[in-house]
Amino acid sequence: MTQATGKDVKCVVWDLDGTLWDGVLTESGTVALKPEIPTILRTLDERGILLSIASKNNFEDAAAKLREEGLWDYFLYPEIHWGAKSESIARIRQNLNIGADSILFIDDDPFERDEVATTHTEVQCAAAETYGELVADRRLIPRFITSDSARRRQMYVEDDQRKRAEETFTGPNEAFLESLGMRFAISRAGEHDLERAVELTVRTNQLNATGKTYSYEELDAFRRSDRHALYMCELTDVYGSYGKIGLALVEKNETTWHLRLLLMSCRVMSRGVGTVLLGFIMREAARAGVRLLADFVPTDRNRAMLVAFKFNGFRDTDTRDGSAPSDTLKILEADLSRAPPFPDYLVVTTPSQIEEEAARTPVKSRQDRQVNQP
Amino acid sequence: MATISSVRKFIQGNVLAQKQNVTLSDDDDIFRLGFVNSMMALKLVTFIEKEFNIKVADDELDISTFSTISQIRQFLQRKLGNPIES
Repeated sequence: MTQATGKDVKCVVWDLDGTLWDGVLTESGTVALKPEIPTILRTLDERGILLSIASKNNFEDAAAKLREEGLWDYFLYPEIHWGAKSESIARIRQNLNIGADSILFIDDDPFERDEVATTHTEVQCAAAETYGELVADRRLIPRFITSDSARRRQMYVEDDQRKRAEETFTGPNEAFLESLGMRFAISRAGEHDLERAVELTVRTNQLNATGKTYSYEELDAFRRSDRHALYMCELTDVYGSYGKIGLALVEKNETTWHLRLLLMSCRVMSRGVGTVLLGFIMREAARAGVRLLADFVPTDRNRAMLVAFKFNGFRDTDTRDGSAPSDTLKILEADLSRAPPFPDYLVVTTPSQIEEEAARTPVKSRQDRQVNQP
Repeated sequence: MATISSVRKFIQGNVLAQKQNVTLSDDDDIFRLGFVNSMMALKLVTFIEKEFNIKVADDELDISTFSTISQIRQFLQRKLGNPIES
């Protein structure tokens, strides 16, 4: 029985022989997919669950078989070789930049499951005979399927193209970022953004100031409130859209703005855009002549966010220690004279520009605009 | 034995790799010199922790502590309680 408890799964890593198909490819050369496998893979893929492979096999033979079955494209960063599966899982995890606890490893061999579980205590493991239960498993049913989740695999493929371009690019990193022609659009969240906003609060661990999750209703109330601003960010470049990758919630009164929530998808960590949203809010606060405070709750993964605050003009004002680290709340205050400038290699559009542009743009050409498309 | 020159080398290799013909003095502010974003800052902090086998506490995460090689050296001396080799 698969346990229906455990963390939400972002990636299912499949063994091949005896798991995805019956038989051993190197022994017989003829293997048969287990019943319903194509449907299961397609269903998970459409939900935005990533799929990968950890199999001891000859790479070329396995790839050829999966191509023949029309399944090869489903798998990101497949590890097909004779090395230890714990190392395969480590590489998949690194390539996808996701936490070990969000990986589900499925294999028919108890030895392999143990070898992985011993090295990666947080990886969730399942026996191959339970594969039919995957689509109904709560850990594999995201609360919402957004356009970003349905495109998730494609986004990783685009990311991989970027990575390759980056590896073959000779010259400074800044010049490479320049060559991507990135556009960073900040807008006020609309109703159509809310499901993705909820998904971001659930899925984002590293660049997440509080680790708090919010419901659709809560975010909807903030979006409508006069005392709050809910900002959403999208990043696009020459390879495509990274999707909606950033979210911020600012609570406002006459004298003080308070950042209650700030997060940025880990997929854009290496793009030097982590402080664009923060810099934008700092400059808006300076313009409004208010103090800017920010909540920060330390988790075991979000130190990168604390560094982003601390190295961009925020300092501690108050720490309320709770009994557990997750109950600790730091209140940071910004020195608004030190707002980080927008990087040169990036075009940033802000809500006022977007609203102005929308007001100026005749309706018929609006669909041509890159900014703010649902 | 970890020394401050490993920090200098790390900064030269990672921060100034972007900049042509920049030599770094111990009092140059690396955050003003150019390409240091938050990712880079995090890498620098992580590197120093590994290299000197220390843990930088949350309240020690301060840009002024890490903005020059001299400052980093002083921080490490306070932290380790002994002079750091050049």
